[in-house]
Amino acid sequence: MKILVAVKQVAALDEDFEFRGDGRDVDPDFFIRDLNEWDDFSLEEAVKIKEASSTPVDVVAVSVGPDDVDEVLRKCLAKGADRAVRVWDDAIEGSDPIAIARVLAAVAKHEAPDMVFAGVQSSDQSFASTGIATAAFLDWPHAAVVSELNYAPGAKTAVFRRELEGGLLHEVEIQCPAVLTIQLGINRPRYASLRSIKQAAAKPIEVLSLADLSLSAADVGEAGSASRVRRMYMPDKGRAQLIEGDAAAQAERLAAIIREFKGDSA
Amino acid sequence: MSGVLIIAEQRRGELRPQSVELITAARGVRREGDAVSIAIIGAAPDAFIPSLSLAGVDEIITIKVAAVEFDPETVEGAVAALIAERKPDVVLVPHSVDSFGYAAALAAKLGLGFATDVFRAQRIDGELVATRGGYGQKVAVEVDFPGRSTVLLAVRGNAFKAPEQTAAPRITAFEAPATASRSQAREFIELPAGDDVDMTGAEFILTIGRGIGEEAKVGQFRELADAIGATLGCSRPIADAGWLPKSRQVGQSGKTASACKLYIAMGVSGAIQHLAGMKHVSTIVAVNSDANASIFGVAKYGIVGDIFEVANELRRLF
Repeated sequence: MKILVAVKQVAALDEDFEFRGDGRDVDPDFFIRDLNEWDDFSLEEAVKIKEASSTPVDVVAVSVGPDDVDEVLRKCLAKGADRAVRVWDDAIEGSDPIAIARVLAAVAKHEAPDMVFAGVQSSDQSFASTGIATAAFLDWPHAAVVSELNYAPGAKTAVFRRELEGGLLHEVEIQCPAVLTIQLGINRPRYASLRSIKQAAAKPIEVLSLADLSLSAADVGEAGSASRVRRMYMPDKGRAQLIEGDAAAQAERLAAIIREFKGDSA
Repeated sequence: MSGVLIIAEQRRGELRPQSVELITAARGVRREGDAVSIAIIGAAPDAFIPSLSLAGVDEIITIKVAAVEFDPETVEGAVAALIAERKPDVVLVPHSVDSFGYAAALAAKLGLGFATDVFRAQRIDGELVATRGGYGQKVAVEVDFPGRSTVLLAVRGNAFKAPEQTAAPRITAFEAPATASRSQAREFIELPAGDDVDMTGAEFILTIGRGIGEEAKVGQFRELADAIGATLGCSRPIADAGWLPKSRQVGQSGKTASACKLYIAMGVSGAIQHLAGMKHVSTIVAVNSDANASIFGVAKYGIVGDIFEVANELRRLF
């Protein structure tokens, strides 16, 4: 049995960042990179299922990106993934979630897992699209925002709850294999032990090219994407009226706001 | 290729309010003379006709399907058939939990231009341009869709105001081919209360976020909330970590704090889902050490500073 977990190396921005020369992205010098928070939960879910299973399960982490992405894949290995696969080709640069999904679907065809997990969204670009588009290219059943899951590897169906707006859950049964996007809070992701981090450093990361997946440059990059970035810019700054002064002065103004509200509502 | 097609959402017999905000979004993307159609999919779609009969809608398209509640493959099948027949140049859907489940699949299968979480949509020299957030809402990203005859946009909630005036659009029933769906919806489950708090009815909420750093700090903010007469709430990471019950979580996926009028957020950076769930509050005060935190974008008042110092000083005043 096999569970494929799609992960992304996301970028947070340094406090004083600058845009790239062409104005279409942030200068990567200002990126602080890490494993996408959602993917931490989907990896943990796969590892938990593996640990609870009576039949052997391989958890395979896959990411699309250049070699610095190995860092997040090693993190996945340290947290319990059995194997890590990375796909890269310079033509992939500039891909949107649809093009990335085409690559992930090709990996899934190659790996033939029993289930695919992806995070609901990425913390940097927040498209909430990659996992579900991957399902479309595979023509697999799919569901988004799974916050509770009952699945035994090899089972014909899984039962899950998707987290709706306003504190409501919706229970659904789905045929397997399927692609599920996993929500924060579905579990408590573990920390990697020093020992497992050391072991992960010695494990190989399998690198695949587009050709290995029978894809061409036209399938990825701008040609294979459903949108193209025209420009990035600083949005209008927040409209919050800043309360200045030291903490005591700020608290006093805040207390006045509270008292005014209580006066109004009393 | 013409016209704007809106896909409305319904759940448990009620229209999702985001659906009608798209009518206003359609105004910015339609070409002169183009019709705006709004489609509603359900087991009894006619029931939604009155709430969709709003100014700016030329046509309501009812699509009757077997599934009573949202099912991704049913919606994909129905919308794909409708797009094939109508060939709209823009399709608008709410950026919502339901659309997370089907919009990207539809875009991938049909080869549509596609962007999500769009808060501005316009035509620049005739070309469709959508704006969304990037890098945790720190930047705005303009995207276009070269060579795509149909573009699907998932539009952020509260980015557009729903029309208030009613109208009498024409009604069309559309026959969608039956879909053999591979998933089966069962029942809805309300989030368990967890403790005796009622976030829905609370008028004054003090919320703590990741900025409190550790569970041991929860107690002092609970005490502060009591002292100032606020209900203690929390952002998602605090509830996910189990530091406070899920019933205390506010934001889009937490309890809807619909009665809230004064909202003090301490150490809440303001993930988009949190902000979306609190935008209706008239007075938001954000306290955060990061002057760039997105929450300052929706707050009325901002305090850039150490939340513990401000909390301690505030406690002294009550």
